[in-house]
Amino acid sequence: MSITEIFDSMEYGPAPETASPAIQWLESHGRQFGMFIAGEWTQPSADSFQTYNPANKQPLARVSQAGSPEIDHAVEAARAAQPVWFQMGGHRRAAFLYAIARQIQKHARLFAVLETLDNGKPIRETRDIDIPLVSRHFYHHAGWAQVMDRELPGYEPIGVCGQIIPWNFPLLMLSWKIAPALAMGNTVVLKPAEFTPLTALLFAEICVQIGLPRGVVNIVTGDGESGRLIVEHPDVDKIAFTGSTEVGRMIRKATAGTGKKLSLELGGKSPYVVFEDADQDSAIEGLVDAIWFNQGQVCCAGSRLLVQESIATRFLEKLKLRMSTLRVGDPLDKSVDIGAIIERIQLERIQSLVAQGVAEGAEMYQPSGPCPTSGWFYPPTLLSNVGPASTVAQVEIFGPVLVAMTFRTPAEAVALANNTPYGLASSVWTENLALAHDIAAKIKAGTVWVNCTNQFDAASGFGGYRESGFGREGGREGLLEYAKPPTPTTQTSTFDARSSTPNDPPPTLDTTHKLYIGGKQARPDGGYSIQVAGQEFALANRKDVRNAVEAAATAQAAWAGQSGHLRAQVLYYLAENLENTRGSLSVSPEELSLGIQTLFDFAAMADKFDGQVHGTPFKGVTYTLNEPIGVVSAVLPDQSALLALLSAIGAAIAMGNAIIAIPSRANPLPAAQLYRILEASDVPAGVVNILTGEPAELAAVLADHDGVDAIWCFREDLGGEVESRSAGNLKQTWATTLPVPSDVRTWLRHSTQVKNVWIPMGE
Amino acid sequence: MSAPDIAHLLRPTERNPGIPLDLDWVNSIRVNRSAVERRAATLPGRRTVKKQWQAAWLLRAITCMDLTTLGGDDTPGTVQRLCAKAIQPVRRDLIEAIGAQSLEVKVGAVCVYHEMVSTAVRCLQGTGIPVAAVAAGFPHGLSPFKQRVEEIKASVESGAREIDIVITRAHVLNNEWRALYDEVAAFREACGEAHLKTILATGELGTLRNVQRASVIAMMAGADFIKTSTGKESVNATIPVGLVMVRAIREYFDRTGYRVGYKPAGGIRTAKQSLDWLILMKEELGDPWVRNDLFRIGASTLLADIERQLEHYATGRYSAFNRHPMG
Repeated sequence: MSITEIFDSMEYGPAPETASPAIQWLESHGRQFGMFIAGEWTQPSADSFQTYNPANKQPLARVSQAGSPEIDHAVEAARAAQPVWFQMGGHRRAAFLYAIARQIQKHARLFAVLETLDNGKPIRETRDIDIPLVSRHFYHHAGWAQVMDRELPGYEPIGVCGQIIPWNFPLLMLSWKIAPALAMGNTVVLKPAEFTPLTALLFAEICVQIGLPRGVVNIVTGDGESGRLIVEHPDVDKIAFTGSTEVGRMIRKATAGTGKKLSLELGGKSPYVVFEDADQDSAIEGLVDAIWFNQGQVCCAGSRLLVQESIATRFLEKLKLRMSTLRVGDPLDKSVDIGAIIERIQLERIQSLVAQGVAEGAEMYQPSGPCPTSGWFYPPTLLSNVGPASTVAQVEIFGPVLVAMTFRTPAEAVALANNTPYGLASSVWTENLALAHDIAAKIKAGTVWVNCTNQFDAASGFGGYRESGFGREGGREGLLEYAKPPTPTTQTSTFDARSSTPNDPPPTLDTTHKLYIGGKQARPDGGYSIQVAGQEFALANRKDVRNAVEAAATAQAAWAGQSGHLRAQVLYYLAENLENTRGSLSVSPEELSLGIQTLFDFAAMADKFDGQVHGTPFKGVTYTLNEPIGVVSAVLPDQSALLALLSAIGAAIAMGNAIIAIPSRANPLPAAQLYRILEASDVPAGVVNILTGEPAELAAVLADHDGVDAIWCFREDLGGEVESRSAGNLKQTWATTLPVPSDVRTWLRHSTQVKNVWIPMGE
Repeated sequence: MSAPDIAHLLRPTERNPGIPLDLDWVNSIRVNRSAVERRAATLPGRRTVKKQWQAAWLLRAITCMDLTTLGGDDTPGTVQRLCAKAIQPVRRDLIEAIGAQSLEVKVGAVCVYHEMVSTAVRCLQGTGIPVAAVAAGFPHGLSPFKQRVEEIKASVESGAREIDIVITRAHVLNNEWRALYDEVAAFREACGEAHLKTILATGELGTLRNVQRASVIAMMAGADFIKTSTGKESVNATIPVGLVMVRAIREYFDRTGYRVGYKPAGGIRTAKQSLDWLILMKEELGDPWVRNDLFRIGASTLLADIERQLEHYATGRYSAFNRHPMG
């Protein structure tokens, strides 16, 4: 095109980033790769697969498929390296992480181009977002390695971490996994996604260049089958997975009862809420970053637009206008906004879901601009006239497809935003500060971005609520996935059921021990009792569980809305009433004293287990909220019946949860005796519920129940079963022997989840 | 890419007559600074032009340039020199080397103080390049109102076809929207057939919300262009400010159907900056706004850098300032 023609048309023209250095790198390896295990490259194996460039469907390289021998070898190498790696000390680990960060910066463009070739995302994103965040992550965690001893005294690494990452942010997800693991003294076996293994292999070369000790990082390649081998490997201590909720469930089941620590970062259908007083042009620009970033193949993509009805028509008009200037094309072109979809299978999924949405009545808008057919491309798409009941409003599309709905009031916005099984992220747009904070607190999601979207940083934890998974990546909260707290030095003696003493008067009237549900003593639905030590106790069944969960769910929101100060008052009052009824409880004086002390501990922390402000490189404030998980259930051990019950109640309700406790099967009497004290202590109805009966049966119903947000199982015989059944709604689990009551922070960590709220500054 | 939409080229831009002051609109304006800054920061990374596209765009930037001299020491001699440069902004051999003779590239206007208007008009006679005069108590805008109106009329009488006025910042800072509207409307009336560019002096308005409110009122009052700066404030044309103003222009067009022009001025010195501004216009407002009936860049030294870049395109070698004739 001549200069005079361009002068008239003012077209952009092509602006390609050269692929040559990345191609040369592939060629230098003969376009085939082995795996990086124990500091050495394995021979490219015969069992191998192709990775393709999604923008032109051309093969890039042949990559080896890891089978059992390779996984075994990698885990073995990681195991051997781990003690040495931890014991070399924080400073030396910091030096290695620092070296990784520097190397990535020095080869930033090669990484960016290679990532774009393998993944299909625009070079603008790999160059300006992915790779800078990668080096930032290693720098930040080099710092954590350096100060681990001081900042996390007594913490120890988990051991060998198996890490399985997705194809949408290949190197970034690698950094989110490897940096904190190495910082805390763990070693890793990491498997990149089969569609995008290349930058992980280039990363392995960096590990060699900086002289990282053998076995500290092992990179294995392969498909889901290789992933399964890692998950099921008996010598792996922790699994960290980012990917689909479906696979997350499988991993939850596979690791249940094995004692493997688990963190899952899964899918989402994140709401993007625009109020009528928002800066609309900016909110629209935010949408571009929310749903047309990385072709919408982002777990936290703002894929559900909720816009206030009063501005909706105009807002969608403006949005369509903005969509018309998005450029879809060669991802190596510097002026392209939307690159290629990862694979044919994903493209077909997007196409079929959009077709289904339209069939269900959605109105579709796609701008008329060109959309290449040389690779797997899909145009930016808006589906309006969609209701919460539409398929496309519920399922994660994982493509450049936005669904739009409207709301009338802030309360309705929250209701719609939370009307999803997921809870990964959300955006809120308003110029009203009070409204922004209010909505940020009410949306159930691990991250809330106010007047911004898709902000990430190593200093801030990222992860989900609900079926978006558990665990955080980044920030202090993320470290706790890779380090375990010191074992408490004070051990508590266990208490058996107190045998009757000759001084106890014989019972004169028949005593009926019922259940405690919704603030009332309730007869069991089934009408059966169990006998323990000569007394009758109600036998709860699945309907009693159902009733208790409903009562708890109803009570929880209001309870969480109370101040920590008020919750503390209730716990103190409960302790006081326990003290006053000391003589009438069938427990030893020591156990009771310890129980009262534990209630005081949790009451004390009710207004002290607060969040922090993160040091993100962001003009604004990133603050964390330690929010209650919601409805917590606790399956309690036979011994220390009262102490275990009071610990669980104290930990759960101090933070604003409601609890359903399954007390000691062997000694339910103290629990039954607690009903009246709870009634007398201003504990709101439904906040504490107690069900006597068969723990195995009740634990199964609770673990299965989608309305239960967390389950603590302090009976070793039931832990595996509870973990496995919890895969249904991916509720958080804590299966262990009864934790020491005085280990208050550990309890509270399990009764809260971290929300990160990003609020920019500037008028 | 699809064929460019050139329908707008076939009809002249209809002049904005203004509309009645709409305070509901003014009061509904919300601007979120951090979000604006994010868009501004990422925009240059989202679009770029290379090779002949870059050269063509730089030539386009020249045609959108208000070549400006606003020195207290301006003389007829320096103005004459500037006008000569306006007519032949790029060395003829260079234009031939890149094959752009047919474009007859010249600047969008020459911008001077009132005293220099008649000199500039004389020097530019027959070239089609309009003379723009800064007026109405430029740059402070605080001389007696009557005199400011008279100054506009005097410049128009001397042959200025464009008038760059500056608003009373106090009206914005104190939310005196009616007073601001009346002021700009009076200046517009004084302009007659001459086009009115309204300088908001954005660096002195305190907030981006104020910038957008002032932009909207200036357009309601009949501004043909809205312009960032006098060049004398400590902060001049920045991309975030530009974004807020062009979004106001887009909204005004959507609501009224009138296209108002945009002129960033002050601190635009590099060829790269001029491309960033063109990209901003194209992305936010579309192709009609990358031509000089709706887009101007106020600049005095920018041209020299553009010439160097054009020479680099033509020869593949980096150029030096002394190879290009001064203005």
